[in-house]
Amino acid sequence: MDEPLSLIFISTLLANNFVLAMFLGLCPFLGVSGRLNTAFPMGLATMFVMLVASLCAYGLNLLLDYFHLEFLRLISYIVVIASSVQLVEMVLKKFSPALFRALGIFLPLITTNCAILAVALFQTARDYSFAQSLVFALGAGGGFMLALVLMASLRERLQLANVPTLVQGTALSLILAGLLSLTFMGFAGMGSLE
Amino acid sequence: MSLPNKNDEGITFDTFMEGVWRQNPVFVMVLGMCPVMAVTVSAINGISMGIATTFVLVSSCLLVSLIRHLVPKEVRIATYIVIIATFVTLVDYFIQALSLALYEALGAFIQLIVVNCIILGRAEAHASKNPPLKAVVNALGMGVGFTIGLFALGGVREILGAGKLFGVTLFGDQFQPWVVMVLPPGGFFVLGGWLLLFALFRGKPATEGGHTHG
Repeated sequence: MDEPLSLIFISTLLANNFVLAMFLGLCPFLGVSGRLNTAFPMGLATMFVMLVASLCAYGLNLLLDYFHLEFLRLISYIVVIASSVQLVEMVLKKFSPALFRALGIFLPLITTNCAILAVALFQTARDYSFAQSLVFALGAGGGFMLALVLMASLRERLQLANVPTLVQGTALSLILAGLLSLTFMGFAGMGSLE
Repeated sequence: MSLPNKNDEGITFDTFMEGVWRQNPVFVMVLGMCPVMAVTVSAINGISMGIATTFVLVSSCLLVSLIRHLVPKEVRIATYIVIIATFVTLVDYFIQALSLALYEALGAFIQLIVVNCIILGRAEAHASKNPPLKAVVNALGMGVGFTIGLFALGGVREILGAGKLFGVTLFGDQFQPWVVMVLPPGGFFVLGGWLLLFALFRGKPATEGGHTHG
């Protein structure tokens, strides 16, 4: 694979946005997007874990390939991700207890955020080089944060709107996400990897 | 993700039906959304994904339930994840051998079953507290409920977006496929539509028990 770094970045950030075009990381996307001031740090934390996971996965993959242990890939990736989430959790608990409480259950759940495992799996499947992997993780994390922040802003505005009670809740969030996703399809012309 | 969990003894019909209807993972709990949206461009993809997930769910819950007294509380989540990942690797290789076309259609989402919240949620909330048989029955119910949800989504999207069901053309030549339904936005719209439909029948918005608002 020899895609230029800029194409990888733009494509994962916009055209192939992880949340809105590839349906990855929907649980936190729907769960934490209620308020902007939790959505933003959540996006940052996820982005950081993505970067760490991508780095570790790259090294790990070299090792697994060397020993011909490809069938252990999934297990080792998930263990690496789980440990880096633990790390973020400890750092956050120490330096910002308020934020730690605000994120609550969704912090440990970053482990089961499929976007992160997907970053590791895709970069392996596409044979990315070290630099490409890093840019890919950065684009994916940025895209996740972008979607999360956009959605949170929309939902904050929506709180002031007069919506029929029946439609409120998850159904409305999904329709909203659908509209956002429709908008992001407009970026398809800017460069797509697939 | 803490679900209401009653530690009553025997296995009742409700142990099974809980996952199929009352706590349906797709329509009531809104869990494991990523595969739900991503693979349901056709009914058959939805069902295959449902069956693969059910297999992982049932086998992981069985194993978790069997070793529930042996695992220290501190490392239980890590243990569960490793167990789940093992079964997913199995399914991954199995589907690859069974049908390469299906394997390519489902793509990375087979491996991503590992991080499907339903499985970890069931392992933690039910299987780790109940005897093996009960855990398996409950997991089977959840799996069936998940498969029904995937089929409901995949069926609607395939009919609207391609004018087909299971690859069989349903309408005449005049039918203009509603292409957006098989594209990403369609997944959000169809699931949103289903939730609205359920809300209409129950007469209240679909937030109760919803993990997304927890």
